[in-house]
Amino acid sequence: MSMLIYLIPVALFLGALALLAFLWALRSGQYEDLDGAAERVLLDDEDEPQTPAKR
Amino acid sequence: MSCCAPGADGFAGGVQSLPSDDEVRFSARNLGDGVFQTELSVPAVHCGACIRSIEAGLGRLDGVEAARVNLSTRRVTVRWRGEALPPIVATLARLGYAPTVFDEPEGEKDRTLSELLVAVAVSGFAAGNIMLLSVSVWSGAEGATRDLFHWVSALIALPAMFFAGRIYYRSAWGALKHGRMNMDVPIAIGITMAYALSLYETIHSGPHAYFDASVTLLFFLLIGRSLDHVMRERARTAVKGLARLAPRGALVIGAGGARDYLALSEIEPGMRLLVAAGERIPVDAVVEAGLSDIDRSLVSGESAPQKVAEGDAIQAGTLNLTGPLTLAATARAEDSFLAEMLRMMEAAEGGRARYRRIADRVSAAYAPVVHLTALATFLGWMAATGGDWHRAVTVAIAVLIITCPCALGLAVPIVQVVAARRLFEHGIMVRDGGAMERLAEADVAVFDKTGTLTLGHPRLQNLQQIAPEALAAAAALAANSRHPLSQAVAVYDEGKGPVFEAVAERPGFGVEGRAEGSLWRLGRAEWARGDGASGEVADEGTVLSRDGAVLARLEFDDAIRPDAREALAELEDRLGPVEMLSGDTARACRRVADRLSIAHVEAGLMPADKVARIEALARQGRKVLMVGDGLNDAPALGAAHVSMAPATAADIGRNAADFVFLRDSLSAVPVALDVSRRAGRLVRQNVALAIVYNVFAVPVAILGYVTPLIAAVAMSTSSIIVIANALRLGRVRR
Repeated sequence: MSMLIYLIPVALFLGALALLAFLWALRSGQYEDLDGAAERVLLDDEDEPQTPAKR
Repeated sequence: MSCCAPGADGFAGGVQSLPSDDEVRFSARNLGDGVFQTELSVPAVHCGACIRSIEAGLGRLDGVEAARVNLSTRRVTVRWRGEALPPIVATLARLGYAPTVFDEPEGEKDRTLSELLVAVAVSGFAAGNIMLLSVSVWSGAEGATRDLFHWVSALIALPAMFFAGRIYYRSAWGALKHGRMNMDVPIAIGITMAYALSLYETIHSGPHAYFDASVTLLFFLLIGRSLDHVMRERARTAVKGLARLAPRGALVIGAGGARDYLALSEIEPGMRLLVAAGERIPVDAVVEAGLSDIDRSLVSGESAPQKVAEGDAIQAGTLNLTGPLTLAATARAEDSFLAEMLRMMEAAEGGRARYRRIADRVSAAYAPVVHLTALATFLGWMAATGGDWHRAVTVAIAVLIITCPCALGLAVPIVQVVAARRLFEHGIMVRDGGAMERLAEADVAVFDKTGTLTLGHPRLQNLQQIAPEALAAAAALAANSRHPLSQAVAVYDEGKGPVFEAVAERPGFGVEGRAEGSLWRLGRAEWARGDGASGEVADEGTVLSRDGAVLARLEFDDAIRPDAREALAELEDRLGPVEMLSGDTARACRRVADRLSIAHVEAGLMPADKVARIEALARQGRKVLMVGDGLNDAPALGAAHVSMAPATAADIGRNAADFVFLRDSLSAVPVALDVSRRAGRLVRQNVALAIVYNVFAVPVAILGYVTPLIAAVAMSTSSIIVIANALRLGRVRR
């Protein structure tokens, strides 16, 4: 059972990574306009990523 | 409208007045460094092509640094630099997306949603990891390994309980403090007790810990709560984004003739205001100078524009159509007509205040039953085992967990979110789930006339009796005027009429111009025929004249909304009697009523009369659906059991209404009724499913056969069943 010593932290670390990724996405405004994001993928022109909105 | 997808046509737009540049400037936010940010609502945006044309169109303007469209909230954010405001409004209007300004207290924006999403993420993370450990325990981990897993679970669950659970603790505490019960009370008690018991078990190396159950429960319920919030927020911002009828301020003429744009709240009686043609009147006022026509349809329900001149009093919220006016304010904004309507609305607060949502009613009955059952179980086991309190507490908490109201906390919001989505696709926005439940109960429909059954703008009625040349000339002349009657004629302008010169709009009379060596006039009959018409009886009609000779007589009526007849017939069939209450003249009402075959008509009503009629119906035990748009309807909208308003309605009316429909067609009313009734059926089914589930699960729990594994399986299964049932609404039946 000694592998649990490092397997559990590894599992938790990976989970925490996903959690942080989600929080980052939330903070940087990626959930502000879900419908718009779906449409923008179809636009041809060079679309620069949205600068984080100053709120 | 410049766009592609079907369904774009018929969105409210067109006839609204645009915000003035002063107003837009006033609402701009200074970001520092000479950069300003303006947010405008553009309700007509609905696809990728719209995004592109707006962003490209605005991006080309001088001074604009960036333009970004948000399709979900139907807004555009423009960042610009310099002293002068770039022509943003004009550009948007030219592209076919008439913008509007909106108020929003800064900083408050969607803090709740962020909090909910973070809570969902944290509880989801915790639930996933604890479930992994729990599966290992269920598959046979024992001894020190099991204890280790339990300890790790307890550590992961703790922040989740604090962080994600505090939403429920707060709400439950708020309810208890006021001596009420809501769904959050049993949830808060259930998860806390489960956590405490599991901690005790872990400390004493017990075999059963419910960390997974309490966190999973939190996770599921938070999803339901977030969905509920997203739906409401979306409808709310979309409604807010529509045209605001009260301007944010007005151009005030100071002592030395200086002009200042002041906010509405700073306008005092006695101030002199300048209102250009096409703008709304900000406060109740008296005309000091100028001549114009005023559109009062939203205020009083009268369909015909009214001529105003020096000395006439005008109410806030009316639209100045043809000429600039200098006004002397007679009341402050909060004492104006608008505010009076608000006060009446508060006084008339009717069935809505007394209504309690199905979920609340069920939970008020459900929570005590759950707690009593758990308490009885505890006492029963104490008696049966002769005081083995550990065993009794364990079983009682298992009962609490098993009965935790997933079905109600999750399935009811999901039904309502799916239903709201359905309605949104039909161009209908709904305030909250309770509104759908109330609509499903309604059994009599009351309609306003102007702007509700009709579109609120006139249409040329006697097209066949007008000679084609006369029509072409009238249309070419009318294209120069913004009077609603002119605009109804200008629709027929195909460029075939004569070319007019020296065109002038004569406020209160009509429009005139020179062509082919003659003076042409379109407008009030006595004016159009020149000064020599004195001997005849007063003639109120609209005519086209050439050098004083009448060429054509134009008759108008208010265009009835598309599908109104079918919609009303369907309502009579499925809902109950349909009535019409209007502030307009009996004759105008009769015409519309006859065409729509409405039997019960009441004309010439004041706002208070409408409320009285609705209250009279309510006293007979009827549940009234009120559909109306004007300021004068707002108190009635508030008094009715459930209410609907078109998107063109006065904003106070839109705020009072439970449903707002965006498209012109009146078929929105039966569609909303249909979706609401189906949603109501699904909610009741889900409640029934939850009860059936409890009938089977609770005895098992009371008898003490529930382990953490059984609890997890039972909880997930019941949740999945009710969600699947809710999603059946997703299939459109048309």
